[in-house]
Amino acid sequence: MKHEVFSETPLLEIQDLTVGFADRRGFLMAANRVNLRLPKNYTLGVVGESGCGKSVTLRSLLGLVPYPGEVIAGSILWMGQDIQKMSKKELERIRGKEISMIFQDPTSCLNPVFSIGDQITEMLRVKLKMQRHKAFDRAIELLAHVGISSPERRLTEYPHQLSGGMRQRVMIAIAIASQPKLLLADEPTTALDVTIQDQILNLLANIREETGMSMILVSHDVGVVAQNADYVAVMYAGQIMERGNAQDVLHNPRHPYTRGLLNAIPKIEQVGQSGPLEPIPGQPPNLTELPPGCPFQPRCPYVKDDCTKVSMELDRPEPEHGTACCFVE
Amino acid sequence: MDTLNDKPLLEVNNLSKYFHGKQTVLNRLMKKPPPKLVALDGVTLNLNRNETLGLVGESGSGKSTTACCIIRLYEPDNGSILYNGQDVLAAHADELREIRREVQLIYQDPYKSLNPRMTVRATISEPAKVHGLVDRAGGEKLVKNLLDRVGLPSTVADLRPRALSGGQRQRVAIARALSLRPKIIIADEAVSALDVSIQAQILNLFEELRRDLGLSMILIAHQLSVVAHLSQNVAIMYLGRIVEIGSTSEVFLRPRHPYTAALLKAHPSIETSRCHTPALTGEIPSPYSIPKGCRFNTRCKFTDALCFEVDPPSTEVTPGHYAWCHVLPEYDKITSKQS
Amino acid sequence: MTWIKESYHRTISEAIKRLRGRAKSERRWSSMTLWLGVAIVGIMIILSLSAGWIGFENPNEQDLNATLLRPSIEHPFGTDELGRDIFTRILHGARIDLSFGLITTYASLIVGMLLGALAGYFGGAFDTIVMRAVDTVISFPYIVLILAIASVVGAGLFGAYIGVLAVSWALYARLSRGEMLVLREMQYMMAADTLGFPVRRIIFKHAIPNLLRSNLVFSMSDIVLNILTLAALSYLGLGVRPPTAEWGSIIAQGQKYLRTAWWISTLPGIVVVFVGVGFALIGDGLADKLGEDVTGAF
Repeated sequence: MKHEVFSETPLLEIQDLTVGFADRRGFLMAANRVNLRLPKNYTLGVVGESGCGKSVTLRSLLGLVPYPGEVIAGSILWMGQDIQKMSKKELERIRGKEISMIFQDPTSCLNPVFSIGDQITEMLRVKLKMQRHKAFDRAIELLAHVGISSPERRLTEYPHQLSGGMRQRVMIAIAIASQPKLLLADEPTTALDVTIQDQILNLLANIREETGMSMILVSHDVGVVAQNADYVAVMYAGQIMERGNAQDVLHNPRHPYTRGLLNAIPKIEQVGQSGPLEPIPGQPPNLTELPPGCPFQPRCPYVKDDCTKVSMELDRPEPEHGTACCFVE
Repeated sequence: MDTLNDKPLLEVNNLSKYFHGKQTVLNRLMKKPPPKLVALDGVTLNLNRNETLGLVGESGSGKSTTACCIIRLYEPDNGSILYNGQDVLAAHADELREIRREVQLIYQDPYKSLNPRMTVRATISEPAKVHGLVDRAGGEKLVKNLLDRVGLPSTVADLRPRALSGGQRQRVAIARALSLRPKIIIADEAVSALDVSIQAQILNLFEELRRDLGLSMILIAHQLSVVAHLSQNVAIMYLGRIVEIGSTSEVFLRPRHPYTAALLKAHPSIETSRCHTPALTGEIPSPYSIPKGCRFNTRCKFTDALCFEVDPPSTEVTPGHYAWCHVLPEYDKITSKQS
Repeated sequence: MTWIKESYHRTISEAIKRLRGRAKSERRWSSMTLWLGVAIVGIMIILSLSAGWIGFENPNEQDLNATLLRPSIEHPFGTDELGRDIFTRILHGARIDLSFGLITTYASLIVGMLLGALAGYFGGAFDTIVMRAVDTVISFPYIVLILAIASVVGAGLFGAYIGVLAVSWALYARLSRGEMLVLREMQYMMAADTLGFPVRRIIFKHAIPNLLRSNLVFSMSDIVLNILTLAALSYLGLGVRPPTAEWGSIIAQGQKYLRTAWWISTLPGIVVVFVGVGFALIGDGLADKLGEDVTGAF
């Protein structure tokens, strides 16, 4: 498969990334020793349920961990350079220019008092130092590129005049304006209808094909990740439970959590012939009071004594299909 | 079985609901009426006893409006609703109260549907007490039974919603609905906000309740897979209309309306890989300006001249499976592997 | 390899300690503001109530042999032109000022919150009437309107009560109506509707408890405002009549001697500021404490 690309210097390398939060309810690790490599022209999918640390991991890549959290260990290497050792200025240069981000809710990401045109050209003028009229032309180009019809007219409109799908297209236009090398997509289609989600994912795929941009796609929807990522990491309670080639991980899962997750999804293909689903028993983990050993151990059907004692590391190096469970073959 | 049981429990006929937009000064000067938003336009559906009916469609298709009209949170502008043979729209305050007791709504977001200042015990027992179904001691027993029924330990009774996870909160919301011994549960996106592993628990709970308590359910969801799993019959809605209705396996395996087919194709599934062109271009038109002819004609790939002129009539493609389309294209198995 | 692991574990445990410490000190700070505020206000109330027993019996006792004395051990805050002990006068004045602040604030909170909640819940004509009244009251400059009402009712404490009450309910009404509009959209309010609860129960049992927090937090700054209003009215001669001891009137009377006997006006002024800070701290602390009850970040 595409594994050869892993031998080059990766675009992004995350080593032992650990993000901690402390507030009145106690201390929690939102990301716990996360290791990931992202080659050029590659899509990494991060999948997991709410609170598994997927969004925090993504934000930490831009140095945007919200207070009261911080990166307490590990390093993030952007083309070989440690992001945490960068000056504010260098970081600002990378943000939005080399790494862009799109979010779940395009409504709150666009400023309601400025027109669409203002918001796109602002990006072009500030980040790329474009002249006003040139930025304007480029903005029209970008809007057309993301599939917005009659872009000249749209430029003068305000966010509330657009539908959710249109707003996400505008966000994408802003994100790709500087031709970034990496796009971070945090649940980009969760708020959208399924046919619009389909359109947006197609758009992102086309852009990636044209520009060779890499993408990290964070989603709770296994289907979305399966259809759009080359490589996938499954997170639970801040840790990567399993990672590897998307098809391998999602069709031959090794970790009990991944298996449970896949079994719990109702499948449209089995319409009319399905018995009860097989949910994962128990409740989602309370991050401030994680059990000792493997965090999934209280809900795991294969739990053994050792699971409560040791916390596992991924058993195979990247890019192989690794899992953090010691009782899997 | 007596004769009453052969009739559907809930019959919705030709239901329409319009909302009126703001009248602008200009319009008033020109003597134009305020803009009219068509939320529902002639919706007809039946819910049988002990059946789960899925209601699917994109936002703006009128799924939730239908639910709100059934218990008269909105007053419909047209049509009729018969619950157990009783005319819901003509019901007086007391009758309506009784109907609302028997038709319970469960909401999407369990973080918003429970009062943050009330304990689980108070939340669950309050409705039955207010309706005079139980006294104090009976309330205590009811809470215990219902918590057990929805799979929560009785120790949560003294907690407030804040201390519970999303799935647990949704169970509390379900227990609260069950406390009034309803006959119909309308689940309005009740599992959309939950994580996959928890969603499966709640879906199984719904199925158990239907089986054990003989409940009927209207399941409103935008996730096709949820509807496919739980409901026997399904209605696909688009822009205030039902465009296809029938048994779930018929509709999902052999869709005849292009919109249903597109929804199925757009559904992200692990089993299939993504198509390289979007299943559907464009967006749902504004409900203020419904297209002439078939309302799906702005996004449909199969249109012919007729589609832009005449509203399509219903066609019974197989017994009990209706589609509102002039063309009725045939698809091979939509959910099979695509490249 | 093991060495790397050890250093990693050390980094982690150090970071955990540091983050926990930071969270703890933040928590401590927020509860400290509350208790500091309670202490300031509490001390003031206790001192004023027990003034008689601790040797500050008569605020109006004149001693013409001891006029305009500087602060000393015998007269902690000095004396005025009639030889009255300023500290005694402040303690006795506190009874009037604090009860005025508390009564006007909470009476208008109850009235305003109820009117606002009902207006927000029912909407329609009732809403229009209440909100137009609120707009009318709020559109006037606060102090001018109170002055006008107080002068119509007549100078004196009663006039001040009526004046402040007539104005300050409006702020609670507006606040509560806004919150109620948000609350109405919450699904648990809709659920209460569909579960067939009577309207009275929905408003009093489900809505009002959720309105209390913002009203209580706001009331803390309102108490200070109302006390200052009374002081201002007295200063202008419309509030408490001399010789009754009241903070504003003490300050007003001392004004003539500001150059020669600065303590007469200045020290009561500082006390007013001090009490104001006390209530503000309680407000801050309450916002934190009550906020924790409702929201959850994760």
